[in-house]
Amino acid sequence: MIIEIEKLHLFYTEFHALKDVNLSIPEKSVTAFIGPSGCGKSTLLRTLNRMNDTIPGVRIEGKVELQGKDIYSSELEVEYLRKRVGMVFQQPNPFPKSIYDNVAYGPRLHGVGKKSELDAIVEKSLRSASLWNEVKDVLKKSAWSLSGGQQQRLCIARALAIEPEILLMDESTSALDPISTTKIEELTRELCRNYTIVMVTHNMHQAARISDRTVFFLNGEVVESADTQMLFSNPVDQRTEDYISGRFG
Amino acid sequence: MVTRREFDIGLEQLRNMLVEMGTKVERALADAMNALETLDTEAARAIVKDDPNINRIEENISDLGAKLIATQQPVAKDLRRILVALKISSDLERMGDLSVDIAKVVIRLDGQPLLKSIGELPQIAFIVRTMIMESIQSYIDENVDLAYKMAKDDDQVDAMYSQFLRETFTYMAEQPKSVAQTMHLSFVGRYIERIADHATNIGESVVFLVVGKRPDLNQ
Repeated sequence: MIIEIEKLHLFYTEFHALKDVNLSIPEKSVTAFIGPSGCGKSTLLRTLNRMNDTIPGVRIEGKVELQGKDIYSSELEVEYLRKRVGMVFQQPNPFPKSIYDNVAYGPRLHGVGKKSELDAIVEKSLRSASLWNEVKDVLKKSAWSLSGGQQQRLCIARALAIEPEILLMDESTSALDPISTTKIEELTRELCRNYTIVMVTHNMHQAARISDRTVFFLNGEVVESADTQMLFSNPVDQRTEDYISGRFG
Repeated sequence: MVTRREFDIGLEQLRNMLVEMGTKVERALADAMNALETLDTEAARAIVKDDPNINRIEENISDLGAKLIATQQPVAKDLRRILVALKISSDLERMGDLSVDIAKVVIRLDGQPLLKSIGELPQIAFIVRTMIMESIQSYIDENVDLAYKMAKDDDQVDAMYSQFLRETFTYMAEQPKSVAQTMHLSFVGRYIERIADHATNIGESVVFLVVGKRPDLNQ
């Protein structure tokens, strides 16, 4: 298990957003978080790379361990954590720079200066994100000239450029058309051979299609965490059954 | 509780079609047995003629099931409700064919009086007709107990069928001239016994629908 979450509670001031979450996330696989709006799935995802730290009033209890190390310990630097845990958001958010500079941004920040090294990283990352063939001749063009789906793959390439072990995807296809969504889904399946992917999705069928494990959240609690095929064919908890069959509420 | 209206309407239509199909199949078996008892070839021909109507319901169930899967993308128990309805309709279709086989025996007998009595065949057929209706009822009510009852009834049918076969074989040995006709009667026994097996399959499907695991009731 690459991530172990134990007795995790999270409060936004008075609001108890995550309640006693215990969860193990296996390495090199896709784990999907599903649940209705406000159930805590995105909050938990953001907890995994400490994106909640800057939100005023957030208080966290319990433990989140990345390969045995508590990511909330004072000894662990957030920059180090973010290097190991990359993130892709709902809206593609490339920097107003060239395609090349978007991907090279992270490595440069981490001290890679040599052009040949940067070239190699940019090519490798764009290839991994299944974007290389589409952009290899226009690397100097603005990232904003790409389509939404391409921009999102560019963001994935940018995240991969710093060679993280874990990739967090927060509804990363919800702003995309079906074809681009399919591309990202296929890419996710390929990436999980080398990366651990944790994704939040509102699209249950997407979770069913591409994840190995699915976790169903409700009111800040984990209701059920199981092998995806099991969860979608024969869930144990009636609330899971009601939610995935669209009879919840 | 939010309901999925379109899906639930479709599911209700599926259930209605299965009840209609089950009723027709049960009727076909009852009519075939009546035709056999009265050696009524006209009644037998009517059963053969009506079989395409049963087949048509199976096709409609298959079309509606495919439509619901494609448009509503059901999962878990909702998905099993559709898959099981398709499986049940194909079992019912086979049961209809077996009733037609009984009717064809009556047509072949062509009104000639039976040398041997048909023994307990009507009693066996009566149990099997009840099984047909109860198997469909177990699907509608998602009633596992009723589904498991199919296995018990099937054991009883198997025992009665074996007894009937023994009597038939003894009679054929004693009365060689009756062999051709008596063979036909033993086939009828076999057809009825096969219908009971299909009803048991339906029971299995219903257990799978409710608990998500496949039992084997046809042992």
